[in-house]
Amino acid sequence: MKGGDLFAFAIGALRGHRLRTSLSVAGVAVGISAVVALTALGDGARAYVVREFTSLGSNLLIVIPGKVETTGAIPFGGVTHDLTVADARSIAMRVPGAVRVAPIAVATEAVHWEDRSRSVPILGVTAAYQRVRHVTVASGRFLHTTMAEGGGQELVLGAKAAHELFRGANPLGRIVRAGAWRFRVVGVMAPKGRSLGFDFDDLVFIPVKTAMRMFNRTSLFRILVEVPSADELGPVKRRVIRLLAQRHRADDVTVITQDAVLSAFSSILGVLTLALAGLASVSLSVAGVGIMNVMLVAVSERRREIGILKALGATNGQVLGVFLAEAVVLSTTGGLLGLAAGAAGVRVFVALYPSFPASPPVWSIAAAMGVAIAVGVGFGVWPARRATRLDPVTALRGR
Amino acid sequence: MIELDDVCRSYTVGDSEVHAVQHVSLHIGAGEHVAIMGPSGSGKSTLLHILGCLDRPTSGVYRFRGRDVGMLSDDERSHMRQHEIGFVFQFFYLLARLTAGANVELPMLFAGVPKSERTRRATEALEAVGLGDRIHHRPDQLSGGQRQRVAIARALVMRPSLLLADEPTGNLDRSSAEEVMTLLERLRAGDRTLIVVTHDPEVARRAQRIIRMTDGRIEEERV
Ligand SMILES: Nc1ncnc2c1ncn2[C@@H]1O[C@H](COP(=O)(O)OP(=O)(O)O)[C@@H](O)[C@H]1O
Ligand SMILES: [Mg+2]
Repeated sequence: MKGGDLFAFAIGALRGHRLRTSLSVAGVAVGISAVVALTALGDGARAYVVREFTSLGSNLLIVIPGKVETTGAIPFGGVTHDLTVADARSIAMRVPGAVRVAPIAVATEAVHWEDRSRSVPILGVTAAYQRVRHVTVASGRFLHTTMAEGGGQELVLGAKAAHELFRGANPLGRIVRAGAWRFRVVGVMAPKGRSLGFDFDDLVFIPVKTAMRMFNRTSLFRILVEVPSADELGPVKRRVIRLLAQRHRADDVTVITQDAVLSAFSSILGVLTLALAGLASVSLSVAGVGIMNVMLVAVSERRREIGILKALGATNGQVLGVFLAEAVVLSTTGGLLGLAAGAAGVRVFVALYPSFPASPPVWSIAAAMGVAIAVGVGFGVWPARRATRLDPVTALRGR
Repeated sequence: MIELDDVCRSYTVGDSEVHAVQHVSLHIGAGEHVAIMGPSGSGKSTLLHILGCLDRPTSGVYRFRGRDVGMLSDDERSHMRQHEIGFVFQFFYLLARLTAGANVELPMLFAGVPKSERTRRATEALEAVGLGDRIHHRPDQLSGGQRQRVAIARALVMRPSLLLADEPTGNLDRSSAEEVMTLLERLRAGDRTLIVVTHDPEVARRAQRIIRMTDGRIEEERV
C-alpha cells in the first residue's frame, strides 16, 4: 500500500465521521493556539523590556547616590554623601571614556500658564541630556545649560505637557510659572511615548542648578555617563567609582549598567515564558487525552471495519498504518488551525496594544507542532494497536 | 486443495464451553462446488471462517494446498486472504462511506496495485456482476441484491482460487437470490473452488456436494 493511497484512504475515513473528526481537530487546535498565544505573550513581554531598556541607551552608566550591595536591584538605603553637579563635572573632566555626562535632578511641581496648570515631573538637566537620551526637539531648541553654568530660567516642554497647557497655542517665548519661579519656554519636545511605565511626554526640562535650588535639594537624582562602546562600560565604571570614592572619601555611590539590569529582567521574563509554555503544554496534553478518547471510540466503532479490511487481506501493519495516517492528518490539521488561530489572536492583541511586541517564538511553534503530532499519533494509534491484532472474525463481530 | 484433520473450535462462555465445531475432518478438491447446510447454530459459519483464515481452530490441522495454515505468521495469513481467498458475507460488509468502485478496489489497495490498474479491474469486476453503471453509487444507494453483487465483485477482484460465501442469499428475496447464485456459478471459472453455506435447498441443489452439519459435527455428505 503506497503512502498516497494510505492518506487518501485515511482522509476518506475522517470525512466519513465529521463530528468526531472536527472534535479532535478542535481539541488539538485549542491546545496549539494556547501554546502559541501564551508563549507569544511571554516572549513579547521579554522583548518589550529589552527594547525599552536598550532605548534608554545601552552604552550608559548610571550613577546613583547611596550604596547598594547588588547591582541590578533598585537602590535604597541611607545616603551618606550628596551626589552633586560638581561630581558630574569632575567625572566629565577627569574620567577618560566618559564621553558625555548628564546630571539629573527630579521633582514634581505644578506648572502654570494663564489659568491652566498641570502637575508634571520637572527634570533638571543640562544640554548633554538630549544627546545622552537621544531625545529630539519638535520646535524651538533644547536647553543650552552646561554644568559650569547650570542655571537660568529657560524651560522645555514635553509634547503632552505642551499640549495640555497650551491647547494648540504656540508655547515658544511664553512665560510659565512653576512654584515661585518663572521660566521662558524655549522648546517643545517631539513625542517619545511611554517607557517602563513613565510618560516621557508629560514632563518639563529646566536647567539642573535652577532645579536644585528650586527643589531645595543638595543631591542629584542620578548622573548618566555615556561611554564610547559597551566594551568600555566596565573600565569606565571602575574609574567613576574610584574618582567618586576619592571625592567623597567613602565608597558611597552605586554605578549600574543597563546590561546588568537588562539581563536580570531578561532572565526573569525567560522563566515567565517557560512557565507559560508549561501551562500551554498542559492544555496540549488535555487535547491529547481528548484525541485518545475520540480514537478509542473510533476504534471500537470501527472494529467491524478493521475486521473487513483484515478479511480482505490487509496486514496488521497496514491497518495500523491507516489509523496512524488518520492521527497524523488529525493532529497536523488541528496543529495548523491552532497556529493560525493563535497567530490571529496575537495579531488582535498587537492591534490593541501596539507597543507590545508579542510574537510567538519559533521554538514554541516547532515544539507545539511536534508535541501535537506526537500526542495525536501516540494517543491515536495506541487504541488501534489492540484492535488490529484481533482475528478478523473477532473484529467483525464488532463488540 | 483443502484438508481438515480433526479440527475443533470451541468458545469459553462464562464457565461452560461451547463446541462450535467438533472433530471435523474434510477434504475438498480444487474446482469443487460444495454446499454446507444445517440448522442455525450448527457451526457452519465457524467452519467457513476457519477455511477462510478469518479464525483459527482450537485444535486440529488445516492444510491449504499442503501448507499447514496454523503454522503461518499473521502476515502470511493476510497474504493468503489477499491472494487465495475471496469471502462473501451474509451482511455484505461493504464500507458505507465508499462507492461501489472504491469498495471493489479495497483488496487491490492493500495489495499495492497501482491506481490506474485498480480502476480498470474494479470496473471490469463490477461489469462482470452487471453493475457497470453503479460504480459511483454508495451502498445505501443500492438494493440488497446489488450490494451482494458488489461484495462478490470485491471477493473476486484478486482472482482467488477459493471463494467462500456465508449465506450469501440469506438476506435477499427470491429473485435477487437466483441472480446472485447464477452469478456465483458463472464466476466459478476454471478450477476455482466454491463453498457456499446456505439454508436454502434450492441453492444447495446447485452444488456438486452437500455437507450437513449438526452440533458442530459433519452429519452426512451427499454427492
Ligand atoms: N464468539 C463466540 N462466542 C461464543 N460462542 C460462539 C461464538 N461464535 C459462535 N458461537 C457459538 O458457536 C455455535 C456455532 O455458531 P455458528 O458457526 O455461527 O453457527 P451457524 O453459522 O451454523 O449458525 C453457536 O452455538 C454459537 O452460539
Ligand atoms: Mg452462520
